[in-house]
Amino acid sequence: MTRYILGRTAALIFVMLAASAIVFVLMNNIPGGPFSLGERGYSPDALANLERKYGLDKPLLERYVNFVVGAVQFDFGYSTAVAGSPPVIDVILRTWPVTLQVGAYTIVLAFGLGLVMGTFAAYHRNSPLDNFITFTATLGIVLPNFIIATFLLFIFGFQNGWGDPNKIIIGPLTPGGTPVLGWDYFLPVITYALAPMALVARYTRAAVSEALGADYLRTARAKGLTDRTIMVRHVFRNAMIPLLTVLLPQIPNLLTGSLFIEVVYGIPGLGKFFVTSILNRDYPMTMALILLIAFFWGLTYLITDILYMVVDPRVRLTSSRAR
Amino acid sequence: MNEPLMSTNAAPVTVIDKPLVHRSLWSDALRRFRRNRLAMLGVAILFLLLFMAVFADVLAPYDFDRVFFTRRASTLPFTFPEHPLGLDGSSRDYLTRLIYGARTSMFVGIAVPTIAFLIGIPLGAISGYWGGRVDFLIQRVVDVMTAVPPLLFTIFLLSVMGSGVGNVIFALAITSWIEPTRLARAQFLTYRDREFVTAARALAAGDWRIILLHILPNAISPLLVAFTLAIPLAIFAEAGLSFLGIGITEPTPSWGKMVGSGIGSSIRVYYHLAMFPTILVALTMLGFSFVGDGLQEALDPSRSTR
Repeated sequence: MTRYILGRTAALIFVMLAASAIVFVLMNNIPGGPFSLGERGYSPDALANLERKYGLDKPLLERYVNFVVGAVQFDFGYSTAVAGSPPVIDVILRTWPVTLQVGAYTIVLAFGLGLVMGTFAAYHRNSPLDNFITFTATLGIVLPNFIIATFLLFIFGFQNGWGDPNKIIIGPLTPGGTPVLGWDYFLPVITYALAPMALVARYTRAAVSEALGADYLRTARAKGLTDRTIMVRHVFRNAMIPLLTVLLPQIPNLLTGSLFIEVVYGIPGLGKFFVTSILNRDYPMTMALILLIAFFWGLTYLITDILYMVVDPRVRLTSSRAR
Repeated sequence: MNEPLMSTNAAPVTVIDKPLVHRSLWSDALRRFRRNRLAMLGVAILFLLLFMAVFADVLAPYDFDRVFFTRRASTLPFTFPEHPLGLDGSSRDYLTRLIYGARTSMFVGIAVPTIAFLIGIPLGAISGYWGGRVDFLIQRVVDVMTAVPPLLFTIFLLSVMGSGVGNVIFALAITSWIEPTRLARAQFLTYRDREFVTAARALAAGDWRIILLHILPNAISPLLVAFTLAIPLAIFAEAGLSFLGIGITEPTPSWGKMVGSGIGSSIRVYYHLAMFPTILVALTMLGFSFVGDGLQEALDPSRSTR
């Protein structure tokens, strides 16, 4: 087990290095650096100064090594596009909480409601409610985020002014700010939650109905266990296994934010910032965001696999599971 | 599902009566598919969209880049009979743009999975069939590619290369060959050691012959399902990128771009700019996923998602 974890961690580090190298090389070999934008351009002297400031005059390999050494210490250099060229990490620390907050509400809503819906649908299979839940789930999975967002804007945005794209929502996590669950969060969270909620509901339904038909359940009933004990000790425990592997990887997505939702609803979070930084060719910023998000993903997959082994003894025995 | 194939293969000397076997497998699937009402609805939607895409020049009343200088920008629908769905922000006929948008969507939606599967299936086949060092190498590349979130990577690539239809297709193909590779590898891994392959090998069939004529036909149905499901993903990705303003460039119409420019402070007045393309994208996605799910159920009833 320890060896497995160590091996996977080493693989994660290797993958991160390779991915960062690819992005780094691509980014540094494009015609048109961050300072070639704009009508006037810079004089050769000013350009040389700027390049020296951002370390762009050194050879590529040295720059990459410098970057990696810095990145390990969360030092990603200075933004080239944000006013005042603040350190990249400062900008990230300022925008991420906004995204995290929307993500946190979304996770609570999606997983909570999805589990309830899925379990209910499994216990009452083919009832009208089951059909309704399945229908919503399909819509949630199939329709793109920004399409749902636009529809919701049509339905609610008109009447109530919720999710007005011109209004800027700033995270009120601090006490005394606007209420934590203000209406401004309503549309983004609903939009954002629909797809993961649909996934959760769909997988819960499948997992719970499979567990409901299993032999050990009949045995448990025959032993005279109460419905509640059966549900908690038998149904849920077994239904957890597929849920864990499918659903845990959803979390980094939700925490790093959706570009589309943040753009549609004007949320000044990480996702919106990523788009702006790409459009402005803010390389240090882009690089940092890609790597952070990739790292977050990799970590979640690793944790998922370890949890999978903890929850399901069968996996532990046939250890070398190819992923 | 594989019983008839395996038994015919196991008989050493008889020549496999391919057409017969295939017809029964596929006609079975076709029958199941036809009974699936949602799938048939999906087919109807797709036919409509394909028709729009192919005959865009005939159906559309004007050229997609013709500007009507005498008309006000973003004229609402139903104000002029000659512009039933109004005009867009640059005073171009909206109905025309919507019809041509189908062409862009379908083109990207079919081109991207085609390229992705043309790369992915051979790679996966090689990886799964031979294993060993080649497999290791390919799998590490796959690992690295999966580490970076595909959407971010596509956006990044587009920012490097610039926008436009060709670049969008290229950037999307680069991130979407992974799934077919994995799938094909898994398929080839499972079939590699099956009896019918051993039998073929005993008959001195070469590796490529086994790959192409023995394993691939067996592995094709999940790949086909994956292909149909990859089309809406590509369409969604194109619409999304254009929505963010880094996908298709003007003047080529794209529904995603139209939604993107329709959303904004003027959405309460000029509702048509965002509403019509939204409906079309939603219809497209629904149509493709109904067909994909239907195919999955028809080809592999044991693994249906419901």
